[in-house]
Amino acid sequence: MSTTSKVADTNGGTAARSGKPSKVGAAANWADERLGLAGLAKKNLRKVFPDHWSFMLGEIALWSFVVLLVTGVFLTFWFNPSMTEIEYQGSYAPLRGSYISEAFNSSLHISFDVRGGLLLRQMHHWAAHLFIGSMLIHMMRVFLTGAYRKPREINWVIGVLLLTLGTLEGFTGYSLPDDLLSGTGVRAADGFVKSIPVIGTYGSFLLFGDEFPGHSIIPRLYIIHVLLIPGLILGLIAAHMLLLVYHKHTQWPGPGRTEQNVVGFPMLPVYAAKAGGFFFIVFGATALMGGLMTINPIWMYGPYDPTKVTAGSQPDWYMGWPDGLLRIIPGWTEVSFWGVTLALPVFLTVILMPTLIITFLILYPFIDNWISGDKREHHLLQRPRDTPARTGLMAALVTFYVLALFAGGNDIIAIRLDLSINQITYFLRAAIFLGPILAFWITKRWCISLQRHAKEQALHGYETGIIERSPDGAYSERHLPLPDAKQALIVGRERDQLLELEPAVDKNGVERPHNRKERLRLALNRFWFADNLQPPTAAEIEAAHHHHDGHDGHELEAGAHDDDRDALVKGH
Amino acid sequence: MSDQSNLPASGDGAGHSRVPEPLEDQDVAPGLPAHVWRPTDVDPKAEKRAERQVAALFIFSMVCAVLFVVAYFSFEIGREIDTFLGFGASNLFLGLTLGLGMLAIGVGVIQWARKLMSDVEIAELRHPAASSEEDRETTLKALTAGLDESGIGRRPLIRNTLLGALAFAGVPLVVALRDLGPRNMSASRLEKTFWMEGMYIVRDVLGTRINRADLEIGDLLNGEPEGLVPNSEGHLPAPIGPNGQELRPALDHEQLLIEKVKSAVIVLRMSPGDIVRNPDRENWDVDGIVCYSKICTHVGCPIALNEQQTHHLLCPCHQSTFDLADSGKVVFGPAGHSLPQMHLAADDEGYLYAMGDFDEPVGPSYWERG
Amino acid sequence: MRFLNRSAGRLSRHRRGRFAGLAVLLVALLVTGGAYAALAPAGQAEQSQDNAELVEQGRELFLVGCSTCHGQNGEGVLDVNGNQLGPSLQGVGGAAVDFQVGTGRMPMVQPGQQNPRKSVAYSDDETAALAAFVQSLAPGPDVPDESDYDPSSIYELPEDERDAAINRGQQIFLTNCTACHNFNGRGGAMPRGGYAPTLRGVSDKHIYEAMLTGPSQMDVFSDGNIPPENKREVIAFLETLQEQPQQGGFSLGGLGPVGEGLYVWVVGIGGLVGFAVWIAAHTTRTKKGKETA
Repeated sequence: MSTTSKVADTNGGTAARSGKPSKVGAAANWADERLGLAGLAKKNLRKVFPDHWSFMLGEIALWSFVVLLVTGVFLTFWFNPSMTEIEYQGSYAPLRGSYISEAFNSSLHISFDVRGGLLLRQMHHWAAHLFIGSMLIHMMRVFLTGAYRKPREINWVIGVLLLTLGTLEGFTGYSLPDDLLSGTGVRAADGFVKSIPVIGTYGSFLLFGDEFPGHSIIPRLYIIHVLLIPGLILGLIAAHMLLLVYHKHTQWPGPGRTEQNVVGFPMLPVYAAKAGGFFFIVFGATALMGGLMTINPIWMYGPYDPTKVTAGSQPDWYMGWPDGLLRIIPGWTEVSFWGVTLALPVFLTVILMPTLIITFLILYPFIDNWISGDKREHHLLQRPRDTPARTGLMAALVTFYVLALFAGGNDIIAIRLDLSINQITYFLRAAIFLGPILAFWITKRWCISLQRHAKEQALHGYETGIIERSPDGAYSERHLPLPDAKQALIVGRERDQLLELEPAVDKNGVERPHNRKERLRLALNRFWFADNLQPPTAAEIEAAHHHHDGHDGHELEAGAHDDDRDALVKGH
Repeated sequence: MSDQSNLPASGDGAGHSRVPEPLEDQDVAPGLPAHVWRPTDVDPKAEKRAERQVAALFIFSMVCAVLFVVAYFSFEIGREIDTFLGFGASNLFLGLTLGLGMLAIGVGVIQWARKLMSDVEIAELRHPAASSEEDRETTLKALTAGLDESGIGRRPLIRNTLLGALAFAGVPLVVALRDLGPRNMSASRLEKTFWMEGMYIVRDVLGTRINRADLEIGDLLNGEPEGLVPNSEGHLPAPIGPNGQELRPALDHEQLLIEKVKSAVIVLRMSPGDIVRNPDRENWDVDGIVCYSKICTHVGCPIALNEQQTHHLLCPCHQSTFDLADSGKVVFGPAGHSLPQMHLAADDEGYLYAMGDFDEPVGPSYWERG
Repeated sequence: MRFLNRSAGRLSRHRRGRFAGLAVLLVALLVTGGAYAALAPAGQAEQSQDNAELVEQGRELFLVGCSTCHGQNGEGVLDVNGNQLGPSLQGVGGAAVDFQVGTGRMPMVQPGQQNPRKSVAYSDDETAALAAFVQSLAPGPDVPDESDYDPSSIYELPEDERDAAINRGQQIFLTNCTACHNFNGRGGAMPRGGYAPTLRGVSDKHIYEAMLTGPSQMDVFSDGNIPPENKREVIAFLETLQEQPQQGGFSLGGLGPVGEGLYVWVVGIGGLVGFAVWIAAHTTRTKKGKETA
């Protein structure tokens, strides 16, 4: 019954066979005679993708972007990005008769007078949250596993740009309905722009077309939101995907997995099904969220009015961290001199810090490469524990991000947890500096001890929890070798290589230039790699096995071992 | 039956190979383990069951799509909205049917892939990202030849003037953006507000003037200059001064928000003894009634979150806190300077009016603020 | 199935889904019962007892329950350090007493900055007596009549006037109240650990009294500040707000973007990552080998 010899990569079940393959063939012929796609398709139809849950995080971002496009187009059919004031006469009673902008009016119309409009509006907003959130965790995955290394640096840069553009797209989007909360956000944005030294005031005038709020900001944000940024995002996503296909996906070390191959399932049918299916799942999840969970109830906020404000005025969460920094920086950082004012509390936190962090992220693969001095291509991923310093760096960044995000929700935290805003703020002022350092150090040491544990297991097997008593009365715990996949993950990784400082003078007695820079590089290299444990070599493993095989009465030698547990390993 | 026989046959003709034996530098890594079959691969009953399961999901999805259409047409929205358990019925059922229908397709397709499609792992060889040495050389040659023939290296005059021309070509594009802003982009525009001497304070929303006798100690009132609150017909009135003179013509409605942003005030009555006397601001209050700009000096949120007993005014956006009993000084948070105070007076009947515009710019800091 | 038919009047005439009908019945029973319990005895008391008697009854209650902190004549008491133990009640008026005692805030468990709402310690008769006593100490805002705070007169207006009144109520609410109490009336944080409480489930009378007297750190919105008819409009708006169906689904706490951010991570990202794990997970395996041809 097996058909493996004919169709190599199906399980050979009868259901898998197409009823009339000739029709598909005819259609393919027709297309190829006009488009010549067979050359391209022959490589890609059966392209191999490795399977791991963490490889699908970027897919959540991709599919939520598709949901955004679909729902966004729907919304544009009704939304009117105008700041002209009209009297509201729609269905929402408490607002009837008030003078509101066309933008707010049409947002209310979509919410209350278009069937499915509220659903699509809420789906659009939830999908935006999912888009940015999944880009963030996707980026963390790529960072923690070293997938940004050569040859994928450019794709990393594209990813950081996508995250940045996605955030801007989100901001321009939630500013459009012109409700009280979004208007408050735009008002704050005006303050942000004004804080830029020298050109800030002009920036504000140019952005708003007049003094805040002017009459132009919503039409301008609209065209940025529906054309400019989505166009850029689409282009960058296309480049991101093309590079992914060209480089082929990274994979975890494992049995049969090497730097020279990629092991997994073919694009057609398995990956097409899994990825395509995931789109429907993301779409479905977004629709459920839109149907069940209220998001941004603009009718409750009411129309924007620069004299009104609500408690809990927060930006959407992805803008929360700069907003949090903005809340905890003390006001005395604002300075005036020579007739000008430097609005540092605002400029440092919401303009400079995000710029610095984005720049750092863009440069990170190149910094990392400079520190390691590694010129090779890498397709096997690194376990986070195997790069303790880098994992520590991510822990520090995440700690910083989360603390800043907490600061952005300090008022909500204060009422929910019965704390004082002032105390939270004082605490975070210190924690924002100390927390990341602590997180780095703890994570690095933690990773190293995990490495130690893994190496131990690779050499001596894992503890089974079975205690055995030998005929002469000694107790020992039975150790068994790790499963192959686990063993490969530990021993299959590359060794770290420490850089050596070249002599200050070369062999001709000429002093080398850039010595100071080299020294810094060397110090960083040591800091990054020197504490790491290296995977056991084949010889070490061999020796460990021989040791266990050769000694039956090894408990007698317990004192001779550094590690008592070594002595307890039961040979096999 | 050997392990090997469970692996797929080699050479499907699309550039794939069998999983290769581990390379030498990976000699500690074990090779690919033997494939283990799923119940659906070996048990026709299990296979049938999975097939029915997937089909059932697809049928469920169809049912959901039909229900979506039913819900779309049967639940009313708008003024006559139908509700279900207190939720808007239309939104709830549209979301549920759309969501579950889509999820069913997704889960079905993935279940199909997991249970029925081949799950034998295959391997593909990687190639270095770089092109072959030969291609590189050819490309480099073509590039050099092209550049040589253009003569760009030999003619620096042309090269440099071209670069210059391209740089200048960008200038008109940038300059053309100038009129994104108004003609007058002078920062001095930010220093003036709608307020002027003799302008009455009115209640926001209601538009009525405020008598000193109206307010009790502890009262907080949100105010605007007369002329910025539309009357019952929706028109903006012209502000009238204490002597009956028209202070300025009625404002064009278009400009309302721009002026409102800068002119909103809060009026607070406290016990006169609570006020920390500032020699520069003698008599700025009327019977303990003080008036401050409502616009936070941090990034411009309106602030109205006042603690009656401490006279501390907190901004709900970033928690800048100002002491209204002490000239609006910053007592906490990220704001860089005090809240501008307004010099108040009362006419013969006791109605409150301004003794002039604020003496410093309201709202967020900017470079030219000084 | 019709619910929010504004032209048909208020709550009672709405038709809802079958579960909602049950809920309305339940709520109606509770409200009627509650309103009867709250209002009827007080009304009878006023008719049957003359005011002096009420004041005297209040004085006795006050001496037992309140004078330790507020003094025997409500003049306030200082503690040994010279700090105010209980503030003077002279001139605060009966409305303040009715609010503080009627919402259970007084008597306090211990002196402190925040005075949370809790179960009520005095009966309605006793509260009325206490209010009458404090009102007798020195004039202040007295307990409001039902006609002051009951917004039903607004609902009886013609449609466009009613809309305008409720809309004005929203404007006044957004101008004066949301900065502390949030757009949804759910409350918000204040400096140094304080908070503005939620307005959900607070009776019209107590909302009116709170505006009138400015309890604790809240500002006063006296009748000169916001006239009674505008206060009623605010109350009418709040009632309308609470009557609105949950158009978009669960409100997620009604706290704005912080709650939304929390839910998108826990439910959205969490759920989808769960799906990713499922998609990539290996299905069950069998020990059976495949039959070879």
